[in-house]
Amino acid sequence: MVINDPILSIWNLNIRYGETLAVKNNSFEIEKNQVTAIIGPSGCGKSTLLRTLNRMNDFIDSFNTDGIIKFDGDDIYAADADPVEIRRRIGMVFQKPNPFPKSIYKNITWGPQINGYQGDLDKLVEESLKGAALWDEVKDRLNESALSLSGGQQQRLCIARCIAMRPEVILMDEPASALDPKSSARVEELIAKLRQDYTIVIVTHNMQQAARVSDNTLFLYEGELIEYGPTKTLFTKPEKKQTEDYITGRFG
Amino acid sequence: MILALSAYISIFTTLTIIAVLGKESYIFFQQVSIWEFLFGTHWEPLLEPKSFGVLPLLAGTLLIVVGSGLIAIPTGLMTAVYLSEYASERTRSIIKPIMEVLAGIPTVVYGYFALTFITPMIRLILPDTQIFNALSASIVVGIMILPMVASLCDDAIRSVPISLRQGGYALGATPFEVTKNVTVPAAFSGIIASFVLAVSRAFGETMAVTLAAGATPNLTLNPLESIQTMTAYIVQVSLGDTPAGGIEYQTIFAVGALLFVVTLGMNVAANWIMNRYREVYE
Amino acid sequence: MNNFKSNTAKRKRNESIFRIICKALTWTSLVILVVLLYHVAEQGFHRLSPDFLTNFPSRFPEKAGIKSALWGSIWLISLVFLISVPIGAASAIYLEEYKSKGMLARVVEVNITNLAGVPSIVYGILGLTIFVRFFGLDRSLIAGAFTMSLLILPVIIIASREALRAVPQSIRHGAYALGATQWQTIYHHLLPAALPGILTGVILAMSRAIGETAPLIMIGALTYVAFVPESIMDPFATLPIQIFNWASRPQAAFEEVAAAGIIVLLVVLLTMNLAAVVIRNYAQRKYRW
Repeated sequence: MVINDPILSIWNLNIRYGETLAVKNNSFEIEKNQVTAIIGPSGCGKSTLLRTLNRMNDFIDSFNTDGIIKFDGDDIYAADADPVEIRRRIGMVFQKPNPFPKSIYKNITWGPQINGYQGDLDKLVEESLKGAALWDEVKDRLNESALSLSGGQQQRLCIARCIAMRPEVILMDEPASALDPKSSARVEELIAKLRQDYTIVIVTHNMQQAARVSDNTLFLYEGELIEYGPTKTLFTKPEKKQTEDYITGRFG
Repeated sequence: MILALSAYISIFTTLTIIAVLGKESYIFFQQVSIWEFLFGTHWEPLLEPKSFGVLPLLAGTLLIVVGSGLIAIPTGLMTAVYLSEYASERTRSIIKPIMEVLAGIPTVVYGYFALTFITPMIRLILPDTQIFNALSASIVVGIMILPMVASLCDDAIRSVPISLRQGGYALGATPFEVTKNVTVPAAFSGIIASFVLAVSRAFGETMAVTLAAGATPNLTLNPLESIQTMTAYIVQVSLGDTPAGGIEYQTIFAVGALLFVVTLGMNVAANWIMNRYREVYE
Repeated sequence: MNNFKSNTAKRKRNESIFRIICKALTWTSLVILVVLLYHVAEQGFHRLSPDFLTNFPSRFPEKAGIKSALWGSIWLISLVFLISVPIGAASAIYLEEYKSKGMLARVVEVNITNLAGVPSIVYGILGLTIFVRFFGLDRSLIAGAFTMSLLILPVIIIASREALRAVPQSIRHGAYALGATQWQTIYHHLLPAALPGILTGVILAMSRAIGETAPLIMIGALTYVAFVPESIMDPFATLPIQIFNWASRPQAAFEEVAAAGIIVLLVVLLTMNLAAVVIRNYAQRKYRW
């Protein structure tokens, strides 16, 4: 798999929870400004891998890793690396929408504000909501609680909140799996739109979604990187038999 | 960090309690042997001839504890059973707040109630009862700890998975039989722990017994007599003018230490029971 | 099928008896509460009057009033609030968010649970020795406030920790994923969300503190105070202590005065608990996880 402009480079990454090896010796690079999907059966380590990229796994005690992850040339697990800084530049959207119990407006402005944002907050809110295809639906009720939105709307709000930080990479952990098909479709449209400005890495157990939405696909099985290639190729002419078996539904 | 300091205040508190009680008790036990203290049957620390056997106070406390336990434990358990097995949501929503109110009434009010209502009632039935008596205080302390037993037993029973109970019903058992043979044994650790905690609370109860049970150290098993509990004794000494440093002053600490050790022991036991015997159903 | 002896009648009868007993015992609590409240009201209601609230205690039951005790309680509870709430909340935050694992954390947690079960009179002994004697605060409001704060601190810490624990992890993760530090996450998200739970716990702790008598008697709160405290170093009396004083007197007339005092105390408590209920409902509406 040839990557021309890598924004994330991973070498020999092993991730452990205590003694259990969850991700085994992965090496790959993520292409800038493209959508990379990570697919694989449940429990194969996709989410673990994703959360390691923005150091969200730090919050789990038994978690430890060896190998190198370089973001824009710097090792994110170096002793002097600042996880707070990393998370500003690598954003995350979670599987279950988790808006703060505050107003829609405050949900979006909070992140930039604590990071010292000096510009026009109203404009930021409008741009972010437009970028998440939510503006029209909420523009008249920005001061209402975010919890009053539907599930699909909440997830788009979380996306808006994420892009308000102007991250370089957006990590998405099964962002549509908790949503109904209609909302799910809207999130997919959004992803297609967002890749112009951001690099997106999306974990999904829905293969069809991966095929629809991504430029490159990485197939993970029991923590091992089985195949990594352009989506079109991986889905029509996979190199490995295991990949083919998974895609055609022989196991899952 | 300021936050850390705050948290360690609790450790500081425990250490200080132990230090304070320990130091003065130590001085006390230089002058009075532990044997005499723990096993002596006469308590007269203020007037000559002085004697320092704590058994009368201990007996007084035990009388209250046993009496209140006899009232609160069966009632509390059966209330919990009723609330979790039989009662409708509406009943629960009435009884639970009532329990909380009962639990929130200050002990001095209960003491008043014992003295001005319960004791006269008792004396109607049993005219030989003294004005200050253990029975009245027991009843009222029983009422006080009842909500605690009921609430903790309720929690314990509700944590038994419904599948277990349904298994019993599916075999054609009546609710009573399911409760007796399935639910209560399954919730046993929580239930026992609740009993121990309630008894511990009864041990430490002060104001109700001070008002209603009396100020006469009395080694007796007769609840109709006036007695004095360990806690009431401590109050009595504080209300008087006891000079610091004298042996009377030190009795506060010796009795307090005994009280502390007993209640701490019971609380630790209750927690141990909860943790050790807790059935894991997952 | 024929090996089963039919004993349905007996079992049904046992069942009914059991059920009736349980039901009766359960409703007994209601009966007790009603009887208690009725007795107090019957004894004390007629003694309630504006005079009662503005008079000082007196040797003469007709003239006795609750002014000093009421103000003493108000002063005391305000001081206790100012001392115990910041310390309690700070401790809970520290224990729940910063140091929730490890040996030391378990020791502190066990310690707090044990402290919650220590009889209040032991706290009185502690207060007497440390605050009154060692720190030389004498039998003052501030000594009483410190003592009571120590007493209810475990309650506040436990309730606050529960409130913090109830905030879903997803909120924390959402904040961290936006590049927030731990303190920013706590201050902007966890505290506001846990605040209603913390407040409810605080109010319940305050209710307990207002009703406590034994520790204050130990530190020397007076049972006959004919003035309103003016500074935190002044001696004082509180509602429960005054009630205790009146209830201990043999004259029947004082019995009624005590009942009136109890009514005042119960009204204060009722107000506080209603506040707690209101706050709890507000929280349930705002924070629908």
